[in-house]
Amino acid sequence: MSERDNRTVLVCCGPGCLSNHSLDVYEELKARISKTDIKVDVKTTIKATGCQGLCEKGPMLRIEPDDIFYTCVKVSDVPEIVEKTLLNRQVVERLLYHEPSRNKKVLSPKETRFYGKQMKLALRNVGEIDPFSIEDYIFRGGYKALEKVLSEFSPDEVISEIEKSGLRGRGGAGFPTGRKWRQCARMKDSPRYVICNGDEGDPGAFMDRCIMEGDPHSVIEGMAIGAYAVGSHEGFMYIRDEYFLAIRNMLHAIEQARERGFLGKNILGSDFDFDVQIVRGGGAFVCGESTALMASIEGKVGEPRAKYIRSVEKGLWGKPTVLNNVETWANIPVIINRGAEWFGSIGTEKSKGTKVFSLVGKVKNTGLIEVPMGMTLRDIIFDIGGGIAEGRKFKAVQTGGPSGGCIPESLIDIPVDFDSLDRVGSMMGSGGMIVMDDRTCMVDVARYYLKFLSEESCGKCVPCREGIRRMLEILNDICEGRGRPDDLETLAELGETVKEASLCGLGKSAPNPVLTTLRYFKGEYLAHVNDKTCPAGVCKNLTVYYIDEALCKGCGLCRKSCPSGAIEGQPRQPFAIDESKCIKCGSCMDACRFGAVKTRGRA
Amino acid sequence: MELQDFSHVRAILEHYPPERRFLLAILQDIQKHYNYIPRASLEMVRDYLDVPLSKLYSMATFYKALSLKPKGKHVIKVCDGTACHIKSSQVIIDEIKKVLNIVPGTTTGDGKFSLETVNCLGSCAVSPVMVIDDRFYGRVAPSMVRDILAEYGRLENERA
Ligand SMILES: Cc1cc2nc3c(=O)[nH]c(=O)nc-3n(C[C@H](O)[C@H](O)[C@H](O)COP(=O)(O)O)c2cc1C
Ligand code: FES
Repeated sequence: MSERDNRTVLVCCGPGCLSNHSLDVYEELKARISKTDIKVDVKTTIKATGCQGLCEKGPMLRIEPDDIFYTCVKVSDVPEIVEKTLLNRQVVERLLYHEPSRNKKVLSPKETRFYGKQMKLALRNVGEIDPFSIEDYIFRGGYKALEKVLSEFSPDEVISEIEKSGLRGRGGAGFPTGRKWRQCARMKDSPRYVICNGDEGDPGAFMDRCIMEGDPHSVIEGMAIGAYAVGSHEGFMYIRDEYFLAIRNMLHAIEQARERGFLGKNILGSDFDFDVQIVRGGGAFVCGESTALMASIEGKVGEPRAKYIRSVEKGLWGKPTVLNNVETWANIPVIINRGAEWFGSIGTEKSKGTKVFSLVGKVKNTGLIEVPMGMTLRDIIFDIGGGIAEGRKFKAVQTGGPSGGCIPESLIDIPVDFDSLDRVGSMMGSGGMIVMDDRTCMVDVARYYLKFLSEESCGKCVPCREGIRRMLEILNDICEGRGRPDDLETLAELGETVKEASLCGLGKSAPNPVLTTLRYFKGEYLAHVNDKTCPAGVCKNLTVYYIDEALCKGCGLCRKSCPSGAIEGQPRQPFAIDESKCIKCGSCMDACRFGAVKTRGRA
Repeated sequence: MELQDFSHVRAILEHYPPERRFLLAILQDIQKHYNYIPRASLEMVRDYLDVPLSKLYSMATFYKALSLKPKGKHVIKVCDGTACHIKSSQVIIDEIKKVLNIVPGTTTGDGKFSLETVNCLGSCAVSPVMVIDDRFYGRVAPSMVRDILAEYGRLENERA
């Protein structure tokens, strides 16, 4: 039996595909293959992997080493895949991905713009391995970096290497990781702790989840290396409770790592001891903030504290603590294996390496992506993302989650790195990237984030608690048609105050979505305030839906889609919307193929 | 009077050493088992960890994963993460509100459904998304809501 004849089918079981029932596809494949009399010389392994990235086209699967990938696979496709592709090496055309840029179907992920333009470091194994198998991880070079530092590096040399690489934290602020470690290592006090921040509270982001679910060992290995560097023996992973798959996979991985001697006493025969435990988060956004997170691990209410004293000095239980984000940790083994210099050659001058994003919203290829720092927003959205869905018009992209901002079309050619995003009033954040089109109301987006933050503010400091609430009230008024001309100024003033006076990062960055939309989309605010219209047709009080008789073909699709029976008409005659019954959900607008459903202001 | 068997609380407590750091985990386990945090269990936790009840209440109200009120038989979670929001999750929430006559964070009178909003379920590609118990519904349109809910039995205020 030659190596070539071994076949592996990798079924994506990331969050997107799972909700598209990929597990059923996986089970069916397994059942079929065990039943089929596959020729003895073809050993076929079926693996459930983490997120393979192209969530839009899920469930997806790959066949190796043939390098074939199938998209939108249904359980009913399985017999054909087994019969044709696995037994007879034929391709099922129908399931191939259609590459829009070349207008043809392609076999391999490498032939697509979606994958072709990416560079996977933190995601190097996600979607490639069975997260339950430490063998898979080791086979792809896992735990080599840990072995290397334990046998060849002093702790100080590890820190120097990380410093030299230029790695900056991937959890939000972009603090240089090596410097953080250096500060902690200098402390005299012990014990010291290392923490992995897997709270991922950003609403619209799932990068860290995919790493923890799809490649748990990379995080464990990174933490062990970090612990060795700063002289810590105990690590904590703080993972959102809702991420039960991430917790399950991580628990399993920790067990395996202990069995193999990558965790525990005298790791790999050295005199270094280290172990990790998992703490489940309690579902509060503010607990992603470092000091609140530490309070939460201690079993307290997760309120942040003012950072007169940094956590590297007095962190968890008042001891020196290094806290890094999931993706930051996952990058560490790569840097050790391939060297700081190589890592530093990727990216821009001040932002090295790559960044993982969850690219979502009104873009064609929603999914999980990783790109070198410095790629432009345009390349990400239009090349990798394939442009705006349903042929609509690009309006803005939001980065940085509730602390970030909305970037307009005029700035779409800026490079994506920490400093460029800061400069335009947004931030890198943890990696949510939400694309918006002309059907997205920017005032509503600003209100959405403020509502989120007003619920998540822990209430400890007044500027954040009260300031956000007042700003939200004003935005509610504007969206509901009670806006006054001086509201915009009040909003901007309040925003600056909240930014200035709040205790922690939550409040300090909370006004960003409002301030950036005010800056770049002022016209839209003015339309709400002065003309009482919502140009995007989202704010219900300011929107009236109507059917343009000249464009309506009388097909009746709109009536079928209407949940409240507000549309009437005869076939082939123009239909009409009964305003009194209309709930303004926009279903008719999405359903109409002729662009005949339109909105106008209330006035 | 809460007529419930609290022997499981004891089992949960015994699973952890009596240290403050395990408080959140203990409360989460209780929440998971009983679907809420019964008052009597808080008293048992107080005695076990020697943490005042007031502190326990502030934990139970601070963390969203914990609730002091029992939840319904079926828990509806509508994602209102950013991706879902801009794909009109609010309209889905409004539609459920209308059908079940409850607002997010509450339970129907017959104890059948609880409605919650959550942030990003990681399925943004099929947004808007909602989950009932463990079942996923993607690309939900307002016109689908009534049928989906009806899968869980007769709706209380169903129109004839
Ligand atoms: C309100 C708030 C929420 C945060 N949420 C997260 C989070 O969910 N995940 C994360 O890694 N960092 C989060 N951060 C950033 C952390 O405080 C911290 O800077 C980061 O985890 C440090 O790791 P890094 O240097 O590797 O980025 C949050 C910060 C604030 C102010
Ligand atoms: S925002 Fe709803 S699944 Fe991501």
